[in-house]
Amino acid sequence: MSTRKLKSITLATLAGTALLGLAACSEVPQVTVYEQGEYRGKADTRPWEGGEFKGDRAAWEKALKERARGQNEYNRIQ
Amino acid sequence: MGRMKFLCDAERCIECNGCVTACKNEHEVPWGVNRRRVVTMNDGVPGERSISVACMHCSDAPCMAVCPTDCFYKTEDGVVLHDKDKCIGCGYCFYACPFGAPQFPNGPAAFGARGKMDKCTFCAGGPEETGSAAEYEKYGSNRLAEGKLPLCAEMCSTKALIAGDADVVANIFRERVLRRGTGAEVWGWDAAYGGGERKQERKREGQS
Repeated sequence: MSTRKLKSITLATLAGTALLGLAACSEVPQVTVYEQGEYRGKADTRPWEGGEFKGDRAAWEKALKERARGQNEYNRIQ
Repeated sequence: MGRMKFLCDAERCIECNGCVTACKNEHEVPWGVNRRRVVTMNDGVPGERSISVACMHCSDAPCMAVCPTDCFYKTEDGVVLHDKDKCIGCGYCFYACPFGAPQFPNGPAAFGARGKMDKCTFCAGGPEETGSAAEYEKYGSNRLAEGKLPLCAEMCSTKALIAGDADVVANIFRERVLRRGTGAEVWGWDAAYGGGERKQERKREGQS
């Protein structure tokens, strides 16, 4: 092997080693980017869909509203 | 429909713990888990105040934000629920919640040994078939689907705890405050950190 070839191999090896050695010196991004999570569980039915209301949303809302208003005893004594 | 909310009137709560018992019984909540509890401020001191606390179904819930498995969801009515099958029991939600609502069946155990998180569902069940045995076992009864409100509020003897659509609840409380001429002042900064003399003290400290 000629001296010239040996020199170029040594040079390439040194350059490779330097590249690997300095790789850890690069800047690492330190700002966390938060991502909005999305629900990953099972899908749920809406309260008026199952049971006694059978999809009648208006009836369900009316029932619940009446129930909520019933908590006001002033309504009941008047 | 708006947002489902709880409101506890501190002027009316008599610390009977009826809401706690009703919740425990309705959902057959396991031993060591309290979805609801009554907190008393200045206990034993004349003028003590009690409020019933559970999950407040926050509009911007911190438990939802911190959950690493994204097992929380919010229903159209503003009720915060979670999927127990996705929960890993890490306890992040417990640290994030300002009301101490998330509960763990195995108590303060090591990571991975706490069990699935359990919390107030606003009596709205969970992501299982409505009214099914699986739903009852994991999340308790689904009263909302029956057109009923949470049992804790419905059975409150003094109607201190009221639940329902935020507008309706706020209207009931507003009417009460107007009729009795007192009550609104028991909320807010002064109630939490002291009004009256303590307020004057803080003012003096600020001036000096």
